[in-house]
Amino acid sequence: MVVWTIAALTLREAARRRLLTAVGILTLVMIIFTVWGFSRLPTLTCGGTPCSPVEIRTIAAGLLILVAYMFSVILAIGAAFVAAPAIAGEIESGVMLAMLPRPIRRAEIVLGKWLGLAILVTLYAGLTGALEFLGIKLAIGYVPPQPVLALLFLIGQGIVLLTLALFCSTRLSPITAGVVAVILFGLARLGGIAEAIGLAFQNETIAAVGTVMSLLLPTDGLWRGVAFFMEPVALIALASNQRAAAANPFFASSPPTTAFILWAVGWVVVVLGMAVFSFDRRDL
Amino acid sequence: MVRAVRDAHAAVSEMTAAPAIQTRDLTKRYGAVSALTGLTMEVPRGEIFGFLGPNGAGKTTAVKLLLGLTRPTAGEAWVLGRPVGDREVRRHIGYLPEMFRYQDWLSAREVLALHCELAGLPRNRWADEIDEVLTTVGLAARANDRVGTFSKGMQQRLGLAVALLGRPDLIFLDEPTSALDPIGRHDVREIIRQVRARGTTIFLNSHLLSEVELVCDRVAVVDRGRVIALGTIPEIVGETRSVRLRLENPDSAIEAVLQRHGAVERSNDWYIVREIWPGAIPELVADVVRAGGRILAVEPGQPTLEDRFLQLLRGAP
Repeated sequence: MVVWTIAALTLREAARRRLLTAVGILTLVMIIFTVWGFSRLPTLTCGGTPCSPVEIRTIAAGLLILVAYMFSVILAIGAAFVAAPAIAGEIESGVMLAMLPRPIRRAEIVLGKWLGLAILVTLYAGLTGALEFLGIKLAIGYVPPQPVLALLFLIGQGIVLLTLALFCSTRLSPITAGVVAVILFGLARLGGIAEAIGLAFQNETIAAVGTVMSLLLPTDGLWRGVAFFMEPVALIALASNQRAAAANPFFASSPPTTAFILWAVGWVVVVLGMAVFSFDRRDL
Repeated sequence: MVRAVRDAHAAVSEMTAAPAIQTRDLTKRYGAVSALTGLTMEVPRGEIFGFLGPNGAGKTTAVKLLLGLTRPTAGEAWVLGRPVGDREVRRHIGYLPEMFRYQDWLSAREVLALHCELAGLPRNRWADEIDEVLTTVGLAARANDRVGTFSKGMQQRLGLAVALLGRPDLIFLDEPTSALDPIGRHDVREIIRQVRARGTTIFLNSHLLSEVELVCDRVAVVDRGRVIALGTIPEIVGETRSVRLRLENPDSAIEAVLQRHGAVERSNDWYIVREIWPGAIPELVADVVRAGGRILAVEPGQPTLEDRFLQLLRGAP
């Protein structure tokens, strides 16, 4: 019950501080701009003649993965920056001091904040993704192969990063928590690329280092899931033959394994548990 | 089921019979720094208890330990008969932190509703509770305004309202008047007295001695993490040790008479005789009259808590 009170409070704060309005307006501009861009694709010419529908769809598929990549970075960094001050900021300001002596558990505060922020990330990514896909469908009739699965992995990536930032927020200052989470996000992406290169070129050392880095923070694996479910079959068949494609962060040759998905879910549970433990042990 | 009920009854009787606060050797160290050293004290129910000390003496640390916000390095403490941090006991505690800050994007009423919810008050009582505390602290007219638009003094009044919600048995007030003007301070003293009148214990942390002197039944003086004096204000301040005399005809002969009774200071036609036992004052007056002195006024010097406080901090016994 207290968990839900804190979650609702977190959502209300986002609305009252005009976070929703600001993000909503900017995201709408982004959607309008990209959909307009896609609507211009049929006017392109390929070798002097208008491009065929197949060519346009291939270009659209690649471009849409690029747009999704940009959005995934915005979402991940945004999630880190809203989660980083969620606890640390309230400790610094003194808001927490007034709340914690109430007959509540500290775990309820952490879980409530996490739930509120997870709802925020889910609604934001879900709505934005749905609008973007719908706009592009209306503009040129293209829909990626598995839009819902792609969105789920995108949301998963945001939730992983918000969980990490929330954990950091139980011990670090708001700004440090945010920066640490974003840097680790960058490292995990590099790790994912290293893993793919190591596997493609059969270099076990590079692959192992990359695997460890990308498992420590499973954001890159989740992004590969987004990419995979947005790739038309023809694109996968074409790129899978080229080893160099492995280094391409916009491409995934296979879907995420069940083991990886379980790992990612377990990772969120464990890191959230660590956040609860860390906040519970903290002297205020 | 029966056992649970018995346990609950036991808990309630513990909570109603035990002293409001009991500590034994309560100690908190941060690395090499001792914030509180061996605090042992007892605060009975229904008292206004002043916890006095200079900045950095360990007052806020003590409150945070008693609220379970911080874990002690050593020692034990009980609040309302239960170990500190007990969740059931926290239903009966109000707290105004020194570093008070409330969600500035909520209205005063919304902040109070949030605390009603966190405190587990039945929803049908919220409106009455909120109206009552808002009226008590004088914020009824601003109930629906955002806290972000409040002055610091108004935010402190809101903090006091939060602490009063649900008629707690014990209220911790950490420097409750730091942001208030003289009228606000007067109001807070009145509120503290009203709350005590209904049986609530108040633990008042303050370095404002005059304020403590005006409202507290008993005080503890802390310095560098240790309690250096504990008792009622008369007990701590001690007996009269000086007298002021105003003379119509001050001269050196009379001054010599005065000096036989203690150390003498003169300012215009007033003499202050220090280190004099109160029982010796009539004799002093008789001596002055015998020496031809014409006395206009005799005032036993009222030692203030401030005088005594400074003495204690300078290491006087």
